[in-house]
Amino acid sequence: MSFKHEKPRVAVFKFASCDGCQLSLLDAEDELLAVAGAVEIAYFPEASRRMQKGPYDIALVEGSITTPHDAELIHQVRRQSKTLITIGACATAGGIQALRNWRDVSEFVRVVYAKPDFISTLKMSTPVAEHVPVDLELRGCPIQKEHLIEVIAATLAGRRPNLPTYSVCLECKRRSNVCLMVAAGTPCLGPATQAGCGALCPSMGRGGYGCFGPMENANAPSLAERFYTLGATQPEVDRAFRSFNAWAWQFRKVSEEVHQQ
Amino acid sequence: MRKKQYRLERTHLNSLLKLLREEGYQTYGPVRGELAMEWAPLTDVGELPRGWTSAHGPAHYRLENRGGESLFGYRNGPESLKKFLHPPRARIMKAERNGGAFRILEDRPAAAKRAFLGVKPCDVAAVAALDRVLLNDRYSDDIYQANRAGLFLIAVHCTECAETCFCASSKAGPQAKTGFDIALHERLDGAMPEYFAECGTAAGAALLEKTGAPPAPPEWARELADACALAAGAQQRKVDFSSAAAVVERNYDSPRWDDIARRCMACGNCTQACPTCFCVNFEEHSSLDLQTAERHRVWDSCFTQNFTYIHGGSVRLSTKSRYRHWLGHKLARWQQQFGSPGCVGCGRCITWCPAGIDITAEFEWLKAGAPAAI
Ligand code: SF4
Ligand code: SF4
Ligand code: SF4
Ligand code: SF4
Repeated sequence: MSFKHEKPRVAVFKFASCDGCQLSLLDAEDELLAVAGAVEIAYFPEASRRMQKGPYDIALVEGSITTPHDAELIHQVRRQSKTLITIGACATAGGIQALRNWRDVSEFVRVVYAKPDFISTLKMSTPVAEHVPVDLELRGCPIQKEHLIEVIAATLAGRRPNLPTYSVCLECKRRSNVCLMVAAGTPCLGPATQAGCGALCPSMGRGGYGCFGPMENANAPSLAERFYTLGATQPEVDRAFRSFNAWAWQFRKVSEEVHQQ
Repeated sequence: MRKKQYRLERTHLNSLLKLLREEGYQTYGPVRGELAMEWAPLTDVGELPRGWTSAHGPAHYRLENRGGESLFGYRNGPESLKKFLHPPRARIMKAERNGGAFRILEDRPAAAKRAFLGVKPCDVAAVAALDRVLLNDRYSDDIYQANRAGLFLIAVHCTECAETCFCASSKAGPQAKTGFDIALHERLDGAMPEYFAECGTAAGAALLEKTGAPPAPPEWARELADACALAAGAQQRKVDFSSAAAVVERNYDSPRWDDIARRCMACGNCTQACPTCFCVNFEEHSSLDLQTAERHRVWDSCFTQNFTYIHGGSVRLSTKSRYRHWLGHKLARWQQQFGSPGCVGCGRCITWCPAGIDITAEFEWLKAGAPAAI
C-alpha cells in the first residue's frame, strides 16, 4: 500500500460506545510510541487536542449508530476515509445498547429523561456496516490492542493482518485448557464465538461470553441445544446470546427462536 | 531369544524414573488436574492418580474417585503426547532488515529429552502415526524430529476401557504391541499392585535390567493377553476400517451429512484433541518499524474456513463439507495416503466434541443407512 503522505494519517471516531476500545489503543503504552512514530494521528479527540481535517488513510470507528446525527456523520467519515475499520462490538454489531432494538425506545426516553423532548434518538442501535461499507472489522468487547497494532503493522507492510475468524475453542485447546462444557457442564459460548481473546474466560474457569461475536459458520442453534442439555433454562439461554453482540444476526436469530418457544 | 520380562513393584517404578532423570530425561506422568487428567512433570509414583478414573461419553467427561491402589486406572484426558512432539505454536523463522537487504536469524529447534510413564496403547500408536506423516514421508519436520529423538515411552496396557474407546477396531490396543521402550501391565490381584514389564527397545531393556527387578513368572504374559482380550471384547464402539473407503465414497451425497451439519459447530475441538491430527497454518508477523518479521506455525483445523483458502476463496465453505472431509480422512483416505488408519480409536473426538457428535455412530449410520445400536 502506498500513502500520499509519508506516514499514513489515522483518525479515530466515536459513536455510541463506552470508549473502552479507544482506551485499548491508549493502553498500548509501549507500542503507542511506535504507533505514533509509524503513523500520523490526525484526529483522535480522546488523546489529543490536535484535530486535523481529512481525508484520512485509516479511520478507526468505535460505537454504534443510535441518533439521526450519527447516521449522517458516519457518511461523512466514510467519504473522508480511504480505509474504514470498525472497532469493537458496538461498531461491528450494535453493542449492548442494541438490546433496545427489541423494546420501545420512546418509553425508555420518557422514563429516563426529565425533558424527553430534547432527546433525539433512533429506534434501533445498529452496526456501522448497516450504514456504510466497512473495509475491516475488529471484533471484541473491548477489542484486543494487539489486533489494532497488528492491523497497523500489516497495513504498513502491505500484508494481510492475522485476524482469526474461527472459534474460541481452537485458542482454548492451544492453551491446554480443559473444556469446561465437557468436563464441568458449564455453558460456554466458545464454539460459536470468533477467536481473538485467547480464550480468556475459559482460562479463568468461566464459560465464554461471546465478546468477539459470531465466528465464521457459527452454529448458534446447536450450541443453544447443548445449553438446554446441560440444564440451562430458556431465560438463561436467551441471556447468553443477548449480550454485547446480541444484534449480530446469528445470535439475534437464535435468541428470537428461543423467545418464540 | 525370548524377551526378558520383569516383575516390578512400586519402588522399581520410582527407580525407573530416577534412572531416566540421571540420563537427562524430564519425566512426565498422568497427573490429576482440577477437571481432568493431564501430562505433568512427575518425579515420584506417589504423584500418580491412585484410585482415580473418569467417566466418558459424547460431550461428557467427569473425574471419578473409585478408591483402591491402582496407579494406572486412569483414562485418557483431553491431551495426548501431540503437544510435546508437535507444539501448538512455534516460531520457525525470524528475519531482520539489514540496510537494503535482510538477514535470516536461524531458529534451530531445541532438542528435548522427555520420558512419559503410563502412556496408553492408543497414544503409543498415535506417535507411530505422527512418525509416518512428520518423519517418514517425503520430508521430515525438524521440530517434530528434535522432540521425537528424545522421546522415551513407558506404556501401560489397558485392561479396562473408557466408554468411548474403540482401539480394538484400529488394532492400536488395548494391548500395546509395538512402539514403546517399556510396557507395563498393572496387576491388581494382590494387596498392592505389581507390574509385569516387557521391553520394546534396547534402551528399555537396559533400563529394566538396572532396576534390579526379578524376572516375571512365565504365565504373566498369557494373563496379560487374556485380560486385554477381555477388555477388547467389552468395547461398545466399533469401526470396520477395512470397509471405510467404500462407505465414505458411496455416501458422498448422503443426507446424513446435512444432519451432522445441523449439530456440528465447526469448532474444531475434535481435531485439536485428536492425537494424530497434525495440520498447521503459518502466520507472518512484522514489527511496526518494519525492521523485523517472524513466521509462526500454529495448529490449524480442517474445520476452519481458512484451511482450504486458495486464490479467490475457500474450497469447503459449508460445515457439511468439512465434517465429510474430516471423517473421510481419518477413517478412510489416511489409509490410502499413509498405509494405516489416521484414527487410533482413542475416542477423544467423541468425548471432547461439545456437540456430542460420535464419529463411530456416524460411520455406522453411513454404513448401514440407519442409526447404530448405541
Ligand atoms: S471451554 Fe469453551 S472455548 Fe474452551 S473448548 Fe470448551 S467450549 Fe470451547
Ligand atoms: S479420530 Fe477421534 S478416536 Fe480417532 S484418533 Fe482421532 S480423536 Fe481418537
Ligand atoms: S482406546 Fe484402547 S488403548 Fe486407548 S485408552 Fe482406550 S482401551 Fe486404552
Ligand atoms: S464434530 Fe464436534 S468437535 Fe468437531 S467441529 Fe463439529 S462440533 Fe466441533
